This record gives sequence, structure tokens and C-alpha cells, in this order.
Amino acid sequence: MKKLSSRIFSGIVFAFLYAPIAIVIIFSFNSSRRNIVFENFTFHWYKEMIGNDALLESFANTVIVASFSTLLAVIIGTLAAVAMFRYKFKGKGVIDALLYIPVVIPEVVLGISLLSIFAISNIPLGRISLIIAHTTFSIPFVVFTVRARLSGYDRAIEEAAMDLGANRFQVLTGITIPIILPGIISGAALAFTLSIDDFIISFFTTGVSSITFPLKIMESVRSGIRPDVYALSSIIMLITFIIVIISQAGSYRSSKKKK
Amino acid sequence: MFKSPVWRKKTIPLLSMISPVSAWLILLIALPLIYILIISFCSTNEAHNISFQFSLRNYAKLADPTIIGIYTNSLIISVLTTIICIVIAYPFAYIMALTTPFRKTLMMIFLMLPFWTNSIIRLYSWRTLLGRNGYINDFLLYIGLIDAPIEMMFTRGAVVLGMVYTLLPFMVLPIQTTIEKLDDSLIEASKDLGANFIRTFRYIILPLTAPGIFAGSIMVFIPSLGYFFVSDIMGGGGNQIIGNIISRQFKEASNWPFGSALSIMLIVITLIVVKIYTKSGGKIDELGMS
Repeated sequence: MKKLSSRIFSGIVFAFLYAPIAIVIIFSFNSSRRNIVFENFTFHWYKEMIGNDALLESFANTVIVASFSTLLAVIIGTLAAVAMFRYKFKGKGVIDALLYIPVVIPEVVLGISLLSIFAISNIPLGRISLIIAHTTFSIPFVVFTVRARLSGYDRAIEEAAMDLGANRFQVLTGITIPIILPGIISGAALAFTLSIDDFIISFFTTGVSSITFPLKIMESVRSGIRPDVYALSSIIMLITFIIVIISQAGSYRSSKKKK
Repeated sequence: MFKSPVWRKKTIPLLSMISPVSAWLILLIALPLIYILIISFCSTNEAHNISFQFSLRNYAKLADPTIIGIYTNSLIISVLTTIICIVIAYPFAYIMALTTPFRKTLMMIFLMLPFWTNSIIRLYSWRTLLGRNGYINDFLLYIGLIDAPIEMMFTRGAVVLGMVYTLLPFMVLPIQTTIEKLDDSLIEASKDLGANFIRTFRYIILPLTAPGIFAGSIMVFIPSLGYFFVSDIMGGGGNQIIGNIISRQFKEASNWPFGSALSIMLIVITLIVVKIYTKSGGKIDELGMS
């Protein structure tokens, strides 16, 4: 009885989470342009989508921005996490506090403050400003995930390696990086997805020359989103679903082995 | 001095590792926020340029009835969103924590999957479900619960639904973590001493999992004050939140000083909420997403 009711409850929650996704996928095959009732099955919008250069360009731009900002955030964030783990220094508390700001304050505030700083420093709004903005909100997440990974790290291993004749560089590439790598990867994955899906920060920090996919969709909300956007979204969803399920299955299997 | 071993062993590596992040955080987080604070005390001239003359006009404008109306509406939406998220997320997290490891992993994946896809498109498709000719109205008409289609889109309820839909995972995760950490022997002891489930829940489980509820509430409440795209998509023009008015000052209205004052106000609200959270024993580092 208890089992049944908990199954029904989680079923309802999942129905709530997945009903809109089902609508996106189903209506990408709908012959009507308006997303109100399903009329006839068609692949028309998938063909239309391939010919929609502005849409595809916006998606390519989103991927470019996400890649560069993730790379920057990973480099800056990993260095910071390692330094903050390893050394005591003045101003550590300040850095820590600044790292929590983008996590805690509403995104709209971060967006408008970045917009103002780009305006006074004469940085034109476009791809560069967008990458800078995305890197800014991604850095904390990389620092936190890498730091979490470091928390159980025993520095005696490094000293042992040094005693056995390893130099600094060998210690870094042979010990430190392999240990924190899972933290770097999950931080990077988080930064990348946050960047891909970001609407609010991008809304303020980019110009007409560098439209992203979420901005493009939002632009067409007022006039009604066309099913070709649904078609592209369905393909993207299918790809992410496959990636997530494969990677999760992998980590589930490896965590089971450890037990 | 440059040859001293401390300098070589500590200072140089430390500086090279910590300066990029310091520079980035100071230039792109600290300075912009200070700048916002400064221009919130300035005003604009006819050409929408900022004139750097001290005035409290923007803060006086915060007491404008329409602004207060939007703030109130926004706070109501955020409180409702937080409560509904707790009501849905708590049993869900509980079920998740008690089930088999395989099922738990599965539930976690399917909870997070929507989060990896575009939130605007997922919100937008609620229109097909909730609209006048939408499937939910059709269903309610079919079972005879209503006689005529009811307006569900572009209401406050729709905005709350959109917020819950977007933010629910952030409530489930911290609650699930605290339930996971629960010591089963305490629950056993309570049962052995004759307490029924309700008493055990009220005096053992709930107090021990309260930190998760608090952390989740912060992660839901604060973003919901600013997510203006949710109110744009689900609420039409009539159900604006704080994020909408701030965004408008920086885009269409071009009144940055007033927008900055509104932002400072939002920061103050955020700080108060976080302060209440830490005062009641919450930890700041539990607010991340990992």
C-alpha cells in the first residue's frame, strides 16, 4: 500500500516534469504552424529547421560561447581551488565571499551590473562580452566542485613523490591533476550546461551580433514559437539525454564496483 | 629577497595561481556592484545619460504604489513557489532516499534531465497544455468538471506553476541529502518507544531534515524573485515580478540609476533572507548546486 502510493506520487511528479517535454517533441511533428492542436504527422519542420540559418547560427554561437567560457572558468577556477586548498594567505576570506556572490544573488542583478561595467569600460556588447559574462558566473561552480574533490586530499603523497625524486611538474601532472580531474570534469559539465541554457545574463550582456539560442527562442515567444524551433530542441534534447544516460550509467557501474 | 626560499616556494606559485581569479572577481563582480551602488544615487538627464549628482530620488521612487504593488506580487509568487516546492519535493526526496540504489540513481537522472535542456522552450510548451483550447481544459470539459474553458495561462497561478516547474530540482537535492544522512537507529528507537509515524516524523525526522528544507528554500526563493522570463512567458504582461521592473529600466526605459536602486533593494532582500538562513544555523556552502 505504502509502496503503491509512493509510486503514484513520484509518477505524478515525473508527469509534471515531462509533460511539457513531450509536447515539444510531439508538436515538432505537427503539420499546423500553431502549437494548439495536433493535426497531422509531418517531418516538414525538420526540413524547415535545416534551412533556418538564423536559428542554426544562434545555436552554433551558444556552443562557441559555452566552450570558451567553460575553458576559461576551468583554468581560472582550478588554479584558485588548488591555491586556496594549499596555502593560507591574506584576502582568502575576501575571495571566498566574492565567489559566493554570483551563486547567491539573483542573476538579473549580476546581468545588469556586468552590463554597466561593459558600458563604462567601452567593451562592445557581443561575443567577447558574452564569454566574459558567462565565465564570471561559471568560475565559482568550478572552484566549488574542485575544492570538494580536494577536501580529502593528503599532501603527504606529494611529499613522498618529492622524496622519491619527482620534480614539481611531475607531481602536478602525475598526482595532483589525476586526483582532482573528476572535480574538474563535473565543474566543467556544470559550467557548460549553465552557459548553454543561460537566458538572463545573456539578455543583458550581448548585442545583436551575437544572439544565443535561448535569446532567439525568447525573441519569438511573443509572436509564437514555430515548430522548427521545437524540431531543433527535440534533436538537442535527444543528444543530451543520450549523453547524460551513458555518463550516469558509467558512474553508477563504477560506484557499484567500489562497493 | 627574490632568492629567499619562502618567496620561491610559496609566494611565486601562490601569486600565479591566485591572481587570475582575484583580478576576475574584483573587476567583474566587486567593481560592477560598487558601480551599481554609486549610480543608484545619481539621476538621468533628457538624453538618458547618467548625471553624477547625488540624489535620493531613485530610492524615494521605490515607495511608488505601482512599484510596491509589483514587489508585493513578486514576494507572494516567491513565497507560494517555495511552499509548493517543499510540499512536492519533501515526499519525493523521502521516496528517493528509501528506495533501492538503482531506483534512486534512476530517479535522480530523470529529475535532473529536464534541467539539462532549454528552460524557455519547456516553459513555452505549457501554453499548449494550459491554454483556452489546451489539453487540460479539454480534459476538464470532458469529465464535466467545468462547463466552459477556464483561463489558466497569463495568471498569477501560471507564473507560480512556471517557477515551481523551473526550480523544483533545487528543493529536492538538499532535502534528499539530509534525509540520506538520517540515522535510522533514531527512528527505530522512536518506534520502539511507542511513537507512531506522525510523532516520529514531527519530533525526529522533521527537525533533523530541516536544514535541507532551509537550504532548498533559499535556492528556490531568491532566484524566483528575479526570473523575469518565467513571468514573461507564463504571466503575460499582468503578473510582473521584481526581475521584470529591473530589466525594463536597463532595456526599454533606459533609466539605469532607478534600475540600480531597484537592484540594490533586491540585494538587500537577498541579504536579509541569507542572514535569516545563517542565523538559524544554515551554512552558506550548502547553497551551491553540487
